[in-house]
Amino acid sequence: MLENKEFQETQSPADLERPQNRKVYLPKVDIYETKDAVILIADMPGVDDKSVNAVLEKNVLSLSGKAELPAFSGYTIVYGEYDGGDYHREFTISDEIDKDNIGATMKNGLFRLVLPKAQKVKAKKITVQTE
Amino acid sequence: MFGPAMRRFGHGTDLLSEMQYLHNEMSRLFSSVAPQTVHEYPPINVWSGEDNAIVTAEMPGIDPSVLDISVIGDTLTISGKIEPEEIKGGVYHRQERNYGYFKRILQLPFHVNAEKVEARYENGILQVKLPRSEDDKPRKVMIQAE
Repeated sequence: MLENKEFQETQSPADLERPQNRKVYLPKVDIYETKDAVILIADMPGVDDKSVNAVLEKNVLSLSGKAELPAFSGYTIVYGEYDGGDYHREFTISDEIDKDNIGATMKNGLFRLVLPKAQKVKAKKITVQTE
Repeated sequence: MFGPAMRRFGHGTDLLSEMQYLHNEMSRLFSSVAPQTVHEYPPINVWSGEDNAIVTAEMPGIDPSVLDISVIGDTLTISGKIEPEEIKGGVYHRQERNYGYFKRILQLPFHVNAEKVEARYENGILQVKLPRSEDDKPRKVMIQAE
């Protein structure tokens, strides 16, 4: 019984909504770290700011987005190398991240997350006192 | 299987060139074994209409000002460069996204009116509308009755 409950809790709303017959892509990501933050950039072409989602649950950050192929009326598709579908990827985040201040932007098909480092783990300079 | 010409070792006088030869042979042997997973960038879709074609390309995070789209006759060329992000002294943990120069050439089934090509870039998708040139439009042949 307990196991069942836990299973439900870990299922995000995005998972429940997703129809089974859509393709799911793993977006390519760049992750880099600066002095103050970790920045994550995910390729999600065809996704606009309304159809993208980032959910942080405990220490799992899950990104998802929905891309649809455009419907051009009066046109038929004659050659295809990419398709619409969902993007989904999860990352485990350490406690070093300030989870309350994560920022996210969506621009030109790039989903950008700024994960600021928590205050306590920022490097502090220790002044050496001479006796 | 053994390359363009069989070679015996020990006949060369230069050890370094022997090593180079061996290195090249090994590279050649293993490169053909590698899976052919390299796809052309950017991936494209082509839509065909009565007097137009629409080409869409998945290219997230491109600066549209550095994108070069040209049409000559029936050939569309999309080229440009993706700059890696300026990370200002940061350190990469993961770098999976593409960057660098790219060029994609596509031949269409008709000549394009280059003057009227429209391109737009939205949500990381490039969309190019290519109208068929007047000279290349199908003409109805009138049959003269006597």
